[in-house]
Amino acid sequence: MACIRASGLRKTFGGTVALDGIDLSIGEGRIVGLIGPNGAGKSTLLNAVLGLTSYDGTLDVLGRDPWRERESLMRDVCFIADVAVMPRWMRVSQALDFVAGIHPRFDRAKAEAFLAKTTIKRKSRVKELSKGMVTQLHLALVMAIDAKLLVLDEPTLGLDILFRKQFYDSLLNDYFNGGRTIVVTTHQVEEIEHVLTDVVFIDRGRLVLSCGMEDFESRYTEVVVHPEHLVAARAFGPIGERTTFGRTVMLFERIDRSLLAPRGASRTPSIADLSVAVLGRDTPSDLLLAV
Amino acid sequence: MSAATETLIEPSSSAPVTSTAAYPTTRLLYWSVRRELWENRSIYLGPLIVAGVMLIGFVLGARRHVRFFFQDAIRAIDLLDPAQRAEMLTKPLSLTAIPIVIAASLVALFYCLDALHGERRDRSILFWKSLPVSDFVTVLSKVLVPLVVLPAVTCLTIIGLQLLLVFVGSLVLLTGGLDGTALWTGLPLLQLWITMIYGIVVLALWYAPIYLWLLLVSGWAKRSTFLWAVLPPLALCLIERIAFDTTVLWKLLLDRLDGFMHHGFDFERHRDATPDPLALFATPGLWIGLVVAIGLFAATVWFRRYRQPI
Repeated sequence: MACIRASGLRKTFGGTVALDGIDLSIGEGRIVGLIGPNGAGKSTLLNAVLGLTSYDGTLDVLGRDPWRERESLMRDVCFIADVAVMPRWMRVSQALDFVAGIHPRFDRAKAEAFLAKTTIKRKSRVKELSKGMVTQLHLALVMAIDAKLLVLDEPTLGLDILFRKQFYDSLLNDYFNGGRTIVVTTHQVEEIEHVLTDVVFIDRGRLVLSCGMEDFESRYTEVVVHPEHLVAARAFGPIGERTTFGRTVMLFERIDRSLLAPRGASRTPSIADLSVAVLGRDTPSDLLLAV
Repeated sequence: MSAATETLIEPSSSAPVTSTAAYPTTRLLYWSVRRELWENRSIYLGPLIVAGVMLIGFVLGARRHVRFFFQDAIRAIDLLDPAQRAEMLTKPLSLTAIPIVIAASLVALFYCLDALHGERRDRSILFWKSLPVSDFVTVLSKVLVPLVVLPAVTCLTIIGLQLLLVFVGSLVLLTGGLDGTALWTGLPLLQLWITMIYGIVVLALWYAPIYLWLLLVSGWAKRSTFLWAVLPPLALCLIERIAFDTTVLWKLLLDRLDGFMHHGFDFERHRDATPDPLALFATPGLWIGLVVAIGLFAATVWFRRYRQPI
């Protein structure tokens, strides 16, 4: 059963088109990486999914229209917009009290158990916590909610590598199970690559690629081409080409690897490399997304 | 932890998603109002601090104040006419309510101006919106603060302060060798409080459109909420004055600011302000104001839904 189904999803802000006809289907139990340069429409898409913004076209999230039924949807959906949105005046104990007070699917004991593993004090105010601790607090709240869909929009922005790793480890080990769906955007795609089941690339409000990781390996091939075979390799029509340390790396889609074997060593590209090839073609200034 | 978690979670089912039973609106509202009190402690601290300051001042200058407040009282006890006696006793005490009401009104005005702006400014609106509380309930909880919570806090604070003042006054009388129970028996406290509570309720109803206007601006304006709240009404008055040389709007505005006393109390047949609910309910301004407030409420809910974080 599809968790998110969009067709012809459009959103414009004044004259700017943020979403330009997105057709997308995300199944239940997937971990989807939503990837695109800044301003590609990722956040607008997530906002539409979360019922935070109106849209044209049809969108179905867990069987509901998110714009009309946001309140009931939020009983089954959690999201972390980014680390800075926890109210700064709030005490940790108040955050627990409030969510327990209003959320029918919140399991306070679970949140307490998670917090017990951290150094966060119940009496502390959010503004007294470090950025990493705020994320831990938010994660503790979210992980204690038995939601069907978790949306993470740059959840680890500005955190150091230890917290980032811990964040995704907790998410995978303690939270994810086959029944839940996670949609995540991040600029540190290489850190979550191994946990994703699907990648979705969007650029300028359009869906560029939607691919399961099962297909990814057979679909994309990266070849480090010998300098003398450049022309021959180009004849196979690479979708991307870049030079690293003086060696040319070409990216091919749906190609028989044995054909390219004489031209150089082949391997499966990383999502970051693919995103540069797919999204960066004519907007070189946006390439930094995966770097 | 993970093993325990897995057993707790139901296996993924292909059955259509069934939504969990929601908590009743009253429960969501209760927690939302508590949330407002956590964030804005001035709601109760403001009136309490003013009351505390008055009490301290009174105690420090007890001797002088007893002369001021209760000298008449002591003399009044000897008066035979009970109505006259009550009036002489009540007047100084009833005046102590005024600073607290003023403080509470100021707290209400500033609260409304920031209630929906602050959460957009610090983006915490994204946190609140990630929880299953509707915009309607959220805005309603913020409306209840100036219309119900603050009036209740004000009433309780005034009653507490007046009880303490009478208590201190009695002690002073006792130490002066006078009858300590005289104030308790002589003061018509119940009547005093009924009038005070009536006045505070009338004030809240009369100011409802003002509070809602401020909440609307707070949910709409990107910055300078105070200027957006104050300047457009003044500009309209100015336009009216220049274009038509009339001051209808200006008078309406002034009536909205201080009209509650004049509409809610009878000053003519009695020497003191006496509650006159019939006259109040017959005032079109009250009902028009409430209808405007409801319209502004609907618009505010709409803005809560549509406006993005700043």
